[in-house]
Order: sequence, then C-alpha cells, then structure tokens
Amino acid sequence: MPRTAKPLVALVAVGALLTGCGGSSGANSPSGTSGSSGSSSATSSTAVAGTINVFAAASLQKAFTTLGSQFERKNPGTKVVFNFGPSSGLAEQISQGAPADVFASASTKTMDQVVTSGDAASPTDFVTNTMEIAVPPDNPAGITSVADLAKKGVKVALCQTDVPCGATALTVFQNAKVHVTPVTEEIDVKATLGKVSLGEVDAGVVYVTDVRAAGTSVKGIEIPSDVNASTTYPIATLTSSKNKATAKAFVDYVLSPDGLAALTASGFSKP
Amino acid sequence: MPWPLALTALVTIAFLLVPLVGLVIRAPWRNLGHVLAETQVVEALRLSLVCASAATVLSLVFGVPLAWVLARARFRGHGLLRALVTLPLVLPPVVGGVALLLAFGRRGIVGQYLDSWFGLTLPFTTLGVVVAETFVAMPFLVVTVEGAFRSADRGYEEAAATLGASRLTVFRHVTLPLVAPSLVAGSVLCWARALGEFGATITFAGNFPGRTQTMPIAVYLALERDPKAAIALSLVLLAVSVAVLVGLRDRWLHTGPTA
Repeated sequence: MPRTAKPLVALVAVGALLTGCGGSSGANSPSGTSGSSGSSSATSSTAVAGTINVFAAASLQKAFTTLGSQFERKNPGTKVVFNFGPSSGLAEQISQGAPADVFASASTKTMDQVVTSGDAASPTDFVTNTMEIAVPPDNPAGITSVADLAKKGVKVALCQTDVPCGATALTVFQNAKVHVTPVTEEIDVKATLGKVSLGEVDAGVVYVTDVRAAGTSVKGIEIPSDVNASTTYPIATLTSSKNKATAKAFVDYVLSPDGLAALTASGFSKP
Repeated sequence: MPWPLALTALVTIAFLLVPLVGLVIRAPWRNLGHVLAETQVVEALRLSLVCASAATVLSLVFGVPLAWVLARARFRGHGLLRALVTLPLVLPPVVGGVALLLAFGRRGIVGQYLDSWFGLTLPFTTLGVVVAETFVAMPFLVVTVEGAFRSADRGYEEAAATLGASRLTVFRHVTLPLVAPSLVAGSVLCWARALGEFGATITFAGNFPGRTQTMPIAVYLALERDPKAAIALSLVLLAVSVAVLVGLRDRWLHTGPTA
C-alpha cells in the first residue's frame, strides 16, 4: 500500500495547486476571498468581517491605503487587501476571474466594461482627478507650460493611451492644441511618475494627486483649468464577491464624509 | 520503468502542455491574419528579433572571454565573482531594470557621464532594449560555455602549444572548436531568454512602438485592450520559439550531455 500512496499524494497535491491557481493570475492577494487565519467562519453573508480584496487604480494607492486601515480599525475582524494597478489591467484580471470584491476604476469607460460583462452592477462615481505636469525637482528642461512639452529635445513620459491617465493626458494636449511625442508610454501612472522622479525624463503628465503624494521627489507644474481635463472614478462591489457585506461596507465607507475627506486631502475633487 | 515515476511524468507533461494547448485552442484563427498584419505587431516582432539577436552577439563577444576566465583562471574571490556575474540568472528582471537605470540611466552613476561626454542616453532607445536583454540573458551563455571550457580535453591544447602555436592561436583554433556545441546551445538559450525578456526591458527602456516595444510588452499591453490580439501575438512568439528549437534540434540534443 505505501507504494501506491505516494504518487496519489503527489497527484492530489498537483491537482490542488492547479485548481487553487486557476483564474487568480496577476492578483497580489495571498489568499482567496474567504480570508485567512480562521476568519472564514466569521464571514457569513451579513456580517462585516473577514478579508476583502479591493482592486483599485494605481492613482488611488495612497488615499486608499489610508482608508483601508481606517476601515479595519472601525470594523475589527476585517482585513482589506489591495491590488493596485492600471485600471484596464485590473478590469481584465476581474473578467478572467481574479478574486476581487470591490473595483475602483480611474475611468467610467473601464468600469462600464466590467458592468457590461456582468461582473459589477450600479457603480457610483465618487471622485474626480485632474492632470498636472510633473518634472524632476531641478526642472532640467525648464518646463513652465503644456506647450513646452512639445518642444524638440524635451523628453516626456506619458501613460499608455489605454489607461485613464494616458487618455486624459491626450485630452489635455487636444485642449491646448499641442502635439506631444513621448519617449515612453508607461504601463500606469506610478511607472510614469517613477521615470520623472528618477530624472530619466524631463517631464511626465500625471494626476494632481500623484504629484502631491510624491512629495519633494518631483515638482508640479499646474495646468490651467481652461485646458485641463479630468477623469471620473467609479467604485462598485463585484457580483462574484464571496463577502458582499464587507465589500458593501467598504464602498459605503469610501462614499461617507470621512472617506471623501481623506480623498480630498489627497487632492481628489468631488464629482 | 517504475509506474509512479511514469505517472508523475504524465502529470508534468500535462502541466507544461495544457497552457500551450489553451493558447492554440483559444486563438482567434479567423482574424489572425488581420491582427498580425497591423504595423505595430510587425514592428514589435521585428524589434524583438533584431534586439534578441544583437543581445546574443554581444553576449558571445563579451561572454565567451568571461566564461574562459571563470573556467581557467585561478585567483582570490573567484567563487564570489562567479556568483556575482551570474546573479541576473536569479535576479527578478524588474530589479535588473531598476539597477540598470541607476547605473546607465541619465542620472546613473555611469550614465551621467555617457550623457555629458558623449550625449548618449540609453533609456527609451532600442540600444537600451539590447542592453537590458544582454544583462539578463548573457549569464545563460556564460554558464553554459564555462562548463564546456572546464570539461574540454586540455591534451589537445597542450599538443598545439608544443607544436609552437601561440596561446591566442590555441584558443581560436583548438579550444573554441572543442566547445562549439556548447557555444550553439548557450547562444540558443541566451537568444530565447532575450526574446522573452519583459521586466528589465520595460523598466529600463520603457515602451514606445517601433523603438522599445518588443513582443512581450506588446502582448502585455494588448491583453488589457484586446485579449484576442494578445492571444494572437502570443501564438507568434510560441511559433518562433518552436521553430528555433526544432531548427536546432539535432545540435541541441547532441550538446545536451556535454553542456
């Protein structure tokens, strides 16, 4: 008997690995939605407890991390696990079955895709964000306006056009009637900001909130409101959530006066 | 053959092949031609092939002498040096990309002089892609060739030397032909690794169509916009990889034991 037991154990183990990994590619969360450390028993359909996975746009990283720990303090027994990234990439992960309970997108377009595919219903717009030019602290190319970004020899990093920060930056250029050719189209807004703070580019177009969150590592050049563009952030619980009560409680907290106060403190505007 | 081994091997085969089968089954065969005719795809494929080949040539030129030194020279700190130069084998590629920026970026410890003395900046250029791919892929060639140098029969070299050949002549006409199979194997490994390189490339060289957007980056970006296109692109990379492995199969199999 022992001779046959070993390969069976190996088979079961491989099977568990295969099913356990199915569909969770790209998600950072160490566990499924049912939570870890024995909290799954507390996760009934009505109780606000257990772990939720929140997929949120990269630009929300700082504000949501703060909100997450505030929410955990107010609701003992809960744990909020974040997966920050480009909105379009997160939407793709959700449609591939990644274990997410809440999705906060940096554009209504990306949220609409998730709603259309049936993964979310009735999203709420909770904040808007405008664009700003970020330059290295010493502003090597002497950037003062949007038009300066179109000058020859100025190295500009933008977000790729499929993510909201890239699409919104293009709207700014259209409004300002300039044509900007970037040296790189980065995956998301944090990658764009990183190229600026490392001094690899002369300027990047990112969100107002990113410039504020970056502190002294970059300098912000304001874009006048007549050419600036904004993007609207919707949030929704996901239909596949296994912890709907906690997911809804988190969304409610984001929409509460406390939540909005934390977001506006980061530079977001009310919709 | 003991059946537990055979059974486990079957599971392994399934594990390795099922994802590839998925790619083939889900591929948008009907509009495959349409997707692949897009200029951006053609550019990404061309860029990938050119950069991976350039990285392999650089790895041969600079990696073979290093492999020879590691295999033949004896000096203090030999083991440490060997570990350090083969570190990119295990280093997460994104970390490699960050490290390259800090070294050869516009404000990097070496890069700032490249910029101020020669006006040369590597990030966001095709040359930057080649540098990133070389950094990540060269160690595959170095370890393969180093093993061959180590196991090559020194008797031939000594015979050539007693017949009056200079040391460089011995190296070129005796040692190199001895390790030729491993050179091929190492080059293939290196080329394949460079072709698939993603993390270091996007971190160091960024993403711009036609200049730094290689196939793996195009696949990643397409997955967010148009998953069907991403599958089509993946299929192309798969076909290229299979073609290379099949094309070099005979030499590859021969070199197996000696490499």
